[in-house]
Amino acid sequence: MSNRPVDLEVKNLCKYYNAGRKRVLKAVDDVSFVIYKGETLGIVGESGCGKTTCGKTCIGMLEKTGGTVTYQGKDVHSLSKQERFDFSGKVQMIFQDPYASLDPHQKVYDIVAEGIRIHKLAKDKAQEERMVLELLDMVGLNAEHAMRNVHEFSGGQRQRIGIARALAVEPEFLFCDEPISALDVSIQAQIINLLMKLQKQRELTMLFIAHDLSMVKHISDRIAVMYLGNLVELANSADLYKNPLHPYTGALLSAVPIADPKASRQRQKVMLTGDVPSPVNPPAGCRFSGRCSRCMDVCSQKKPELKEVEPGHFVACHLY
Amino acid sequence: MDNQIVFDQASFAPLEKKEKDLGTVYHYSLWKSIGKEIRSNPMAVFACAFLAVIIVACLLAPFSPYDPNKLDLASKFAPPSLQHPFGCDEFGRDYFTRALYGGRVSLTVGFAAMLVTVFIGTTIGIFSGYIGGKLDMLLMRFTDIFLALPSMLLMVVLNTFLKPSMTTLIAVLSLFSWASVARITRAETMSLKERDYVHASKNLGANSFVIAVKHILPNILGPVIVAASLGVASAILSESSLSFLGLGISIPNASWGSMLQGAQAHILDKPILAVYPGLLILLTVLSFNILGDVLRSALEPKIVK
Repeated sequence: MSNRPVDLEVKNLCKYYNAGRKRVLKAVDDVSFVIYKGETLGIVGESGCGKTTCGKTCIGMLEKTGGTVTYQGKDVHSLSKQERFDFSGKVQMIFQDPYASLDPHQKVYDIVAEGIRIHKLAKDKAQEERMVLELLDMVGLNAEHAMRNVHEFSGGQRQRIGIARALAVEPEFLFCDEPISALDVSIQAQIINLLMKLQKQRELTMLFIAHDLSMVKHISDRIAVMYLGNLVELANSADLYKNPLHPYTGALLSAVPIADPKASRQRQKVMLTGDVPSPVNPPAGCRFSGRCSRCMDVCSQKKPELKEVEPGHFVACHLY
Repeated sequence: MDNQIVFDQASFAPLEKKEKDLGTVYHYSLWKSIGKEIRSNPMAVFACAFLAVIIVACLLAPFSPYDPNKLDLASKFAPPSLQHPFGCDEFGRDYFTRALYGGRVSLTVGFAAMLVTVFIGTTIGIFSGYIGGKLDMLLMRFTDIFLALPSMLLMVVLNTFLKPSMTTLIAVLSLFSWASVARITRAETMSLKERDYVHASKNLGANSFVIAVKHILPNILGPVIVAASLGVASAILSESSLSFLGLGISIPNASWGSMLQGAQAHILDKPILAVYPGLLILLTVLSFNILGDVLRSALEPKIVK
């Protein structure tokens, strides 16, 4: 994996928000990782741990507070106007909520054609039409859907319209911000399969954020686990599931339901105590220290660095 | 941890169909919901019908056999009859024809002032709300000044100095009413610009102008239409007030306001002369207000439903 060229490199990325009264909310704190060309990196973690903020900052939708994000050698946050425009043709995003991400006053055709028009990808009207219909066909919608209003579609169909819109500019990098969490299970599988198929066809690089661990495992090459704004573990997806090193990853994985009740009963469950601390006032040292069953003295004093414990398996924990 | 999920496209086909049958609850069409709301409210139906009659009648005014400004002292103060449905005024002019021509003036001023108001208001509102920051601060303080001014007083003062004509009237009326429209559109724009679909458009490389015209404008149309319909009502009322004070349309041309002023001299012996224009103003303004209220409940479902 590591001999592949690096597509997106994130170094010590920080995103802080002003929480008022001189308090700082550290949504993303000192996160570093790389995404290789053509791979899918999944980010998992519980709600509010900074997954979406991290992703949005990576593609330049949000301003960063510190650190650097480079995409194909260029700093994402200091692009010139023209570079920013070119960047928008290469890096696209799929939104979480298919109801909020489509303009209710536009027809499906116009939504999908927007990127084509902005980037002038079609020579004439006929070609534009052909491209839009091709895109709709790719995501499993018909030509007759093109002239309909958005409100006539269901959640899954809307999400596919959103995917078609993102793919219209022929991007090389796709940021999927929990694209399946607003959909019901049957539709989730369709969207995931669609994304995987498209990735194979177009050799897309993807940053995939989700709650659902089995889905992430299915789609990702590597998985990063986040906890309270920090990256705690990063490994090959099979590796991570077989051999979770960080205690938090272990707890997260043991929460995945198993369809077999027998196996479910036999499995050793890791129960976490307490709540997620507030990101405004996180614990000193390791952020997981207050809830960790294997907490040591050093944990509450020194913040663990992300280090490579096994080849390709990074973890930020004092145990290793 | 061997909970492999089996993905089988075919097994999801029936579910997909079910989803289609269920349809969605997010039906929303601007014109359809306006139509439905008006039909479900008898007051609104009456208001619309009345406005339609008035507008058509005013458009057809030139077909009247009488010249609205021609004096005919023989029929001075003629009572209502078949020849003169509203009777005649002190100079023997056909009162019905004058009312129609007056309506033309009042409605033209009302609509034109509304259009200018909405145009200026939406432009400033979207600009201010979308760009934000210092510019927003400056523009909104400027708007506050216009909201705080005693508009009627200033309109009187301005009209005294300017040459009275329909254009002046429209300009002065719009000058003092764009501020509230700007406030409404700014607020809407600020909420819209953080929506996902605006972010998506920005992500696709769209510039601010495209976003403002294609994504923000269509989505704030609802509140703008409401403001416009109430704006017509208030413009007609202001026009009548100014004309009544003799600062609007110049004599001998008719407007509902100036007709009221003319009737004032004979209020004791011929009160009927004041009733016609008064009633017309009242009903027209009332109709536009009812329409505005109905539109509000149709277009701002966030509060009602």
